[in-house]
Amino acid sequence: MTALTGCLLASSLLFAIGLAGALTRRNTILVLVGIELMLNAANINFVAFWRFGPHSSGATGIIFVLFSIGVAAAEAAVGLALILAVYRHTKTTDLSRLTGRPQ
Amino acid sequence: MRLMSAWFLLLAGITVAGACAAMTLRNLVHCALAVAVGFAGIGTLYLYLGAQFLGLAQLLVYVGAIAVLIVFVILLTRGSDPDLPQPAGTLFLGIVVAGGIFSVVAWAALHSFVLREAAQLAAAPTVRQIGTELMDEYVLPLEVIGVMLTAALIGAAIVAMKEKQDSR
Amino acid sequence: MASTAWIVRYLWLIPILPLLAAGVGALLKQRQRRFAASIAIGSMAVSFVLAIAAFARLLFAPQRLFVNFPWMQFGSEWVKLGWVLDPLAAVMLVMVTFVGVLIFVYSAAYMHEDENFTRFFCFLSLFAGAMLGLLIANSLLLLFMCWEVVGLTSYLLIGFWYHRPQAAAAAKKAFLTTRVGDLGLLLGMVWLYGQTGTLLFYDHGAGCMEHGPLSQLTGKALTGIALLIFCGAVGKSGQLPLHVWLPDAMEGPTPVSALIHAATMVAAGVYLMARVYPLVGASADTLKVVAWIGALTAIFAALIAVGQDDIKRILAYSTVSQLGYMMLGIGVGGVAVGVFHLITHAFFKALLFLGAGSVIHGLMGEQDIREMGGVRKWMPITFATYAAGMLALCGFPLVFSGFWSKDAILHAAHEWNVSQVPFYLGAIGALLTAFYMTRQVCYVFFGTRRKGSVPEHVVPAETSASDPHEAHHESPAAMTVPLMLLAASAVLLGFLGTPAWPWLQGFLEMKAVRANLGAFTEGSMLLLMLASSLLVFAGLGLGWWIYGRKPIRHAADADALEKLQPALFHALRHGLYVDNLYELTVVRLIRWIAHVSNWFERWIWSGIPILVSALTKGVGWIDFSLDRWVVNKGFDEGCDGVAGGGRLLARLQSGLVQNYLRLLAAAVALLTIFLLLGHKG
Repeated sequence: MTALTGCLLASSLLFAIGLAGALTRRNTILVLVGIELMLNAANINFVAFWRFGPHSSGATGIIFVLFSIGVAAAEAAVGLALILAVYRHTKTTDLSRLTGRPQ
Repeated sequence: MRLMSAWFLLLAGITVAGACAAMTLRNLVHCALAVAVGFAGIGTLYLYLGAQFLGLAQLLVYVGAIAVLIVFVILLTRGSDPDLPQPAGTLFLGIVVAGGIFSVVAWAALHSFVLREAAQLAAAPTVRQIGTELMDEYVLPLEVIGVMLTAALIGAAIVAMKEKQDSR
Repeated sequence: MASTAWIVRYLWLIPILPLLAAGVGALLKQRQRRFAASIAIGSMAVSFVLAIAAFARLLFAPQRLFVNFPWMQFGSEWVKLGWVLDPLAAVMLVMVTFVGVLIFVYSAAYMHEDENFTRFFCFLSLFAGAMLGLLIANSLLLLFMCWEVVGLTSYLLIGFWYHRPQAAAAAKKAFLTTRVGDLGLLLGMVWLYGQTGTLLFYDHGAGCMEHGPLSQLTGKALTGIALLIFCGAVGKSGQLPLHVWLPDAMEGPTPVSALIHAATMVAAGVYLMARVYPLVGASADTLKVVAWIGALTAIFAALIAVGQDDIKRILAYSTVSQLGYMMLGIGVGGVAVGVFHLITHAFFKALLFLGAGSVIHGLMGEQDIREMGGVRKWMPITFATYAAGMLALCGFPLVFSGFWSKDAILHAAHEWNVSQVPFYLGAIGALLTAFYMTRQVCYVFFGTRRKGSVPEHVVPAETSASDPHEAHHESPAAMTVPLMLLAASAVLLGFLGTPAWPWLQGFLEMKAVRANLGAFTEGSMLLLMLASSLLVFAGLGLGWWIYGRKPIRHAADADALEKLQPALFHALRHGLYVDNLYELTVVRLIRWIAHVSNWFERWIWSGIPILVSALTKGVGWIDFSLDRWVVNKGFDEGCDGVAGGGRLLARLQSGLVQNYLRLLAAAVALLTIFLLLGHKG
């Protein structure tokens, strides 16, 4: 097991945890949290490959991750704003109740 | 230096623990705090792997902004109420799917030919290098992400704004 | 040989005219009575004139003239028909047309009140046409066709009052009984055609009555054909055992009984035998059969006539008896002997029937002689003519024709070398004839008028006038004039065939004869004449003794004979139980066969279509069930399945985001697995 493999395993574990949470939690915010975790896991991958990868060069990996963080931040902001708006309208954040159908 | 060192294991362990906690705890605020811990752990991992700028950026953005934002929203949406669990079937299904993906990727990671080659260590870049690269090679994505962030800001503000009719 | 004489060429007019009258009559309305009667009588009169012309043509030059024409093609052969004019045909034509005209005129008065007047004359004309056609037919086939039409019209006329069940039953009985005989005739005809190849009687030496073809027939074939043809005569002429229809045929109107069942149709059987005599005469066995049956019929019917109470039934049995005499005559003595009696009998029997009709008409439809009596007092003309006819029938010596014709038969029977029994039977029959006729005359005309209920049923058939009480007067002239004319004939015709001058016999055999008074002294002729005269007187005397001296007072009184021999009289009254025998055997058998056929028809022949229809129904039901339970249900189930599947799939669109995410994740996982597995290494 090389370091790279270890990092990859860790990141994939994080990803799986984030995915599991996103799929199973009822609260919308926690779904977003799961998504954030997944993104972070991907970022770890990037960094690991930048660090240990076969053709590591420059700062490409880091810059990529920077952009990824930026996007994730924007997305989290908008998502949470949306959750707030939905909450105001339906008074709930329970995903199983937030279907498109009239209840 | 031995990379598969105890530090790495510790840091990875904390991160994973935090993530697990975030995804399993009942109390939403506890989840938010746990996810903050997770983010912090990831940041320290970046530091450990030699991407100092990135690690600090991670800590600043994720822990400082996003985690706080999450807490805010939790509190704004009655987060004090405990989250009810899903029915057992869907729980199981979600875990299975996630487990499936993990196993696949793990298997790939362990058996891929790319990964058998010897690792070459990259030099840690300085901030100056990062800045220069941003402005030189990646100027377009930089500008775009600036625009995007602005749009996101405005959008989020508008979406989250209280509607005038409701207040009357 | 063919001749170009006008009358011979147009001989066919004689039957055609009455047929045309019948055709027109069929189209007439019931109201056009006078017109219907006029055309019937008119056509018959014209036929009579033509018959006289034909007779005159032959009178001084007796010969056989015929005209044949091809009718129908059978493969390569032609079936020919034709007509013949020879002495036999000429004599019969004159007789039939003369008696026919008289009876037609009589009917116009007799059936005056009947509402089906026009139909009656239509049928009468049809009968006359067919009978005349039968007489001139030169082909056995044409004769047979006319024979059948005659039978048909007999049926129609017997059952003229068809709403009376007895009349309908009698008509049916007549038709069926004669049918039995006709079957024999048909078979004989076919056999003859098969053997000789022609059915023409006379055809320049090729006809089946001519020497050439006849000699080709073997003895067995000859006898067979002759006997079969005789069967037809047995049926039509009411010989034993097919005589049963004649007495019942009296259900028809009296003119019908006179014309058809006395003078003409029943004579057709005798005529047939005369026509085919060249064939029949060649077979000695057949002649024996004919003679025996004739003799037995004569005595049998005479016995039964003694016990009858209906005026017409007595005459009917008398007719059967006299027909037996005719057959006996043909069997023992040949054509001339039988035909002589046929001619004389036609006249006096028609006279007797018409006289009986006059009596019935005068008594408002009464037919039971026990209810009559003393009619002589107010119907003198009827009585006189009836007496003449009765004496002619009995064979009162010298004056009346019946004596000469019956004597000729007895003489021939006496001369018969096979057996003398028919002679004795004939002699006893003559005695009985005189006896029962005297009985009848005493009951009807003498004594006092009896009225009262009769223990046995004799339902009056002829519902004539509407006024309730009898008119005690003579019948109208339209009825009495024919009676008088016939009475004259009953006397005069006898002189045509006396042994001294057997003109008729000679004419029929186409030989010249000379008056020869010495013939009386030949052989046992005188003795025979004396013997028969004695028999007649004995019969008349006996009848007078029993019935004339002390006529019965009341209708319900028993007959004198009945008091003497009740069982025998009872048997005689019921026709010696022949009808009962037939009822028990033949009729039962036929009824049983009809039942079996009906059963067959209903269950088996009808069963097949019923089975097929049931099968079809079954298949249809199966189809329907299949359609309903399998196709429809299956379809419904399919639709339900689709709907259920749709509903199931609709649950995917739950609106729950996490469900979608789960699916996505699962799909990605699977995809990755596939890709990795495909790309190992």
